[in-house]
Amino acid sequence: MGQEFLAVIILLIIAALTAVGIVAASALIGRRVSPEERNIPYECGLDPASRPFGRFPIKFFLVGVLFLIFDVEVVFLIPWAAAFRGSASLGNGAVLAVELVVFVSLLALALVFAWARGALEWER
Amino acid sequence: MNAMDISIAAARAVVIFGLVLSLIPVLIWMERKGAAYIQDRRGPNRAHILGFRLGGLVHMLADALKLLTKEEVTAAGVMKPLVFLAPALAFFAATATVAAVPFSGPISVAGQTLTLEVANMKAGLVYVLAISSLGAYALLLAGVTSQTSYSFLGAMRAASQFISYELALGMAALALFLVAGSLSLTDIAADQGAVLWRWNAFRQPLAFLIFMAALFAEASRLPFDLPEGDSEIVGYHVEYSSMRFAMFFMAEYAHIIVGSAVVAALFFGGWNIPFADQGLIAANAERIAAVAWPIAAVVLMLAGASIAQRFKKRFGDLRDYEPVMIGLPMMIAGVTLAILYAPLGDVILSTRWLPAAVTFVLGFTAVLAKTLLIASVFVWVRWTLPRFRYDQVMAFGWKILLPAGMLNLVVTAAIMLYLG
Amino acid sequence: MAIEYIKLLEERLGDAAVESHSFRGFESAVVRSGAWERALEILKTDGKLNMLTDLCGLDHPGEKDRFEVVAHLYSVEKKKRVRLKTRCPEDDPSISTSTRVYPAADWFEREAFDMYGIRFDGHPNLKRILCHRDFVGHPLRKDYPKEKRQPFSTPDTLMDEMEILDPCDRPIVRSSDRKILDGVTIARSTIARSHDSRFLLNIGPSHPAMHGCFRVLVELDGERIRNAVPEIGYMHRCFEKEAEAHTWHQVIAYTDRLNYVSPIMNNAGYCMAVERLLDIEIPERAKWIRMLACEVSRICDHLVAVGANLVDIGALTNFWYLFNAREQFTDWIEALAGARLTATYTRIGGLSRDIPAGSNAQLRSCIKTMRQAIKDVAAMTKKNRILIDRTHGIGAISEEEAITRGFTGPCLRATGCAYDVRRAHPYYFYDDIEWDVPVGIRGDTYDRIFVRMEEMEQSARIIEQVLERLPEGPIMTSRRDVVLPPPHEVYGSIEGMMQHFKLAMHGIHPPEGEVYSYTEAANGELGFYIVSDGCERPYRARVRAPCFPIYQAFPMLIKGHLVADVVAIMGSLNIIAGELDR
Repeated sequence: MGQEFLAVIILLIIAALTAVGIVAASALIGRRVSPEERNIPYECGLDPASRPFGRFPIKFFLVGVLFLIFDVEVVFLIPWAAAFRGSASLGNGAVLAVELVVFVSLLALALVFAWARGALEWER
Repeated sequence: MNAMDISIAAARAVVIFGLVLSLIPVLIWMERKGAAYIQDRRGPNRAHILGFRLGGLVHMLADALKLLTKEEVTAAGVMKPLVFLAPALAFFAATATVAAVPFSGPISVAGQTLTLEVANMKAGLVYVLAISSLGAYALLLAGVTSQTSYSFLGAMRAASQFISYELALGMAALALFLVAGSLSLTDIAADQGAVLWRWNAFRQPLAFLIFMAALFAEASRLPFDLPEGDSEIVGYHVEYSSMRFAMFFMAEYAHIIVGSAVVAALFFGGWNIPFADQGLIAANAERIAAVAWPIAAVVLMLAGASIAQRFKKRFGDLRDYEPVMIGLPMMIAGVTLAILYAPLGDVILSTRWLPAAVTFVLGFTAVLAKTLLIASVFVWVRWTLPRFRYDQVMAFGWKILLPAGMLNLVVTAAIMLYLG
Repeated sequence: MAIEYIKLLEERLGDAAVESHSFRGFESAVVRSGAWERALEILKTDGKLNMLTDLCGLDHPGEKDRFEVVAHLYSVEKKKRVRLKTRCPEDDPSISTSTRVYPAADWFEREAFDMYGIRFDGHPNLKRILCHRDFVGHPLRKDYPKEKRQPFSTPDTLMDEMEILDPCDRPIVRSSDRKILDGVTIARSTIARSHDSRFLLNIGPSHPAMHGCFRVLVELDGERIRNAVPEIGYMHRCFEKEAEAHTWHQVIAYTDRLNYVSPIMNNAGYCMAVERLLDIEIPERAKWIRMLACEVSRICDHLVAVGANLVDIGALTNFWYLFNAREQFTDWIEALAGARLTATYTRIGGLSRDIPAGSNAQLRSCIKTMRQAIKDVAAMTKKNRILIDRTHGIGAISEEEAITRGFTGPCLRATGCAYDVRRAHPYYFYDDIEWDVPVGIRGDTYDRIFVRMEEMEQSARIIEQVLERLPEGPIMTSRRDVVLPPPHEVYGSIEGMMQHFKLAMHGIHPPEGEVYSYTEAANGELGFYIVSDGCERPYRARVRAPCFPIYQAFPMLIKGHLVADVVAIMGSLNIIAGELDR
């Protein structure tokens, strides 16, 4: 086990080093003649009409919140799903299944609520 | 932990990482040639090294060199460290996911069981989901730090698209955990075995479709390439140039490769070959090798001959001699193999490690073939379908994929309970 | 032709209807400037002239009422046209606006203001349109020197227009109840609202999906378009000023650059106008060949329009299929005219040369490739769920609305109105052969794409019939005051030589008069309003570009849609900057 985790860490280090290495190599090798005009942020050849951070709609925030809710639920379900087969073979399957149904119905209810309240409508 | 362990660990990491890295240009080549094939044209075929064009593969090297030497434009007023961090993070997130993916079945060598993978993680798929979602940060960083309205739109699209489809991805994976009773990719692949209809693509067709759709979205490939959306918002990477720009695409292709390998393990039995399980292959290793050797010799000779006879004066430089330069060595190799068969055949066929070697080669080939086949679906879809619109992508993720994933989970549990 | 309208005006306006005249079968009515809006209103409501095809200014230096405003009106149901004119003096060049009657007049009046300085009282947004906002003078006035240069580089912020136009979350203002602000323009400094909280985005002039150089400034709510202001003029090349400075023949080469995707149709349209002015009937063979070349050009244009539109929607492969076919058609055009893009093929009185040998087989093989390409593309798009979702109901416009806004061509036909100049006012032999006018139902992006696809098939049918029926004969008229004599006459007779000398040195001299000649170009009705004072150069050569009114309606079409729809709609309207800006 120790060896395997060492391998993962080595892989992460290699990947990180390669990524940084390529960026650095590109920065070192690439030509550097940037006239000032070239450094103006792109907006179809004109000066930007507004700063991008001014304001953005609450919808994006809403997606983030919804994601948090549902993703945490999925995380809760992971150990359950992994244990299901083992427990079912021991005869506890029905209990676990009822748990699932209750849990997923709650989730579905939340989704239906969000849906009905228009949180999933992007066109509006 | 001794030096041996450390070196084996390092070897695993280096080999797997190298594999992914070398598959990136192959996939780019597949993409460009595939696009050319679909669009009635030739695709890249001009660049060469000493006459070797390798069907356009050399273009990938030429592109890399060109991009490295290109001017890097950094927009005024950006947060510089973040501009460098974003492409590096994208690349890192896409390649590091490969740690949990098995590239061959377990083989026993000298009393040890080895698999061509970095680690058989107990929570392998969770690791994959976790690391790959880091990619969203890269796009977000790239888009937001560029100080451009267009890239900002791209970043917002990327953020909301990725998190929406992560849910669908998770839901599809949950059903697989149920079926296999494990979170490890190696275990899920092993659980499917060599029986074709036990593969999850057939046992869990809905999960498969959801997973594929979500994977397209996570890799931001057409029809889900909204963060890029080159004809609409020009892309989250509009302020990026040279290799920094290309790294986002290297990350995209790495994402496709790793994603395809994950799909191969999750839904297509990983290293398993239909109706030929590992034991069967090991037991018949000698016979397989005995047949494969002469076939390889003949195929090499014939293929070499057919390539060599395509020699024609067209370019007036070394490129004309490419068929000969490739065909002749192939023919020589084939002839050598055939000649060696008589004196060396018996010795090699009776060695102790032959069963392990044959299982390994076949398993690895199976994984590679499945991965590239699934990756070619990405290419095929890209050049066939139009792009979704932003609201449609979100509606598809939340209103179709997520409920379908939940339904699939419940139905799977019910069926499993019913079957005991 | 349309004498009833003159009578109607005389009846209702009395003294204010000053006079009427007719030239080459086209009725003109002149009214007093005070009765201008009233006259238009009468013609629209009682005369059912529901489309304002063109409105432009004219300059008569030295005359008492120096400036003239000319409007061309058309009735789609009755297929009748009339020209309405008025004059205004130099010291107070103002008349009342016609935007309240015809919303399409908006940009036409801005152009007349820009070019001549004619003020339209009550116009909601009277500012320069083709020239830069800091431009001094009015370039089409006869006393503006042609050589004068005024370089500018600061782009307009367009914020003044953003204030005038209504964002879409207020009730959408349609043409019928359009709110018109009194007063002419709002100065940039008087903008009351702060813009900090708004997300503004320039789409164009340098954007991957802009088919040419033009710009639209949008105000976004997330990705939804709340408000949009278009700006054109980036590609203004003073076509009309150049035309006044060149001889009748030299102008042909300039027309190539109008709709540069199908230049031969512009050549033919211009030559037809001059021929009408000269009252020339060109030989039969020339007519057939012009039809042939025009239909090939139309196919080329539609192939690009559809292909590029699909690329904008993300369906990239279709572009290659369509372009394969276009490449072959362009090869034929190259063999025909010697150039692939700038053909300059037609001549006043005929054609520059006959069709190349082997055209029959070549064109038939082109058509075969085109049909296969259309089949492939239709298979990939027509029932594709994503494409349908992306285009159904996107940028839709009703038939009535489209007519009042001056839409013509495929964009009008997509709404269900079967107006095609070739069918409504057949020229050449379009009424002799069999072809259909495809129309859409909803007037949305989907319909515009597939109306174009079907039109290519109809053009192919026309080409096949033309190839079958092409008669032998000359390709130039024999009118000696227009056409250079053949070489043997130039070198063999004194009359021939003198004729050659006169034409080469002084050009042709059409009679005094004015014509409005219209043909069906790829994007709709391409009109040439040509005024001659009997000299060797046009006194006024006005182009009625089909894109111009269509792009004018663009903000209305995109409001409420998403950024991705902007490019889809833009592609389906097929705005060509060359003819938009002239």
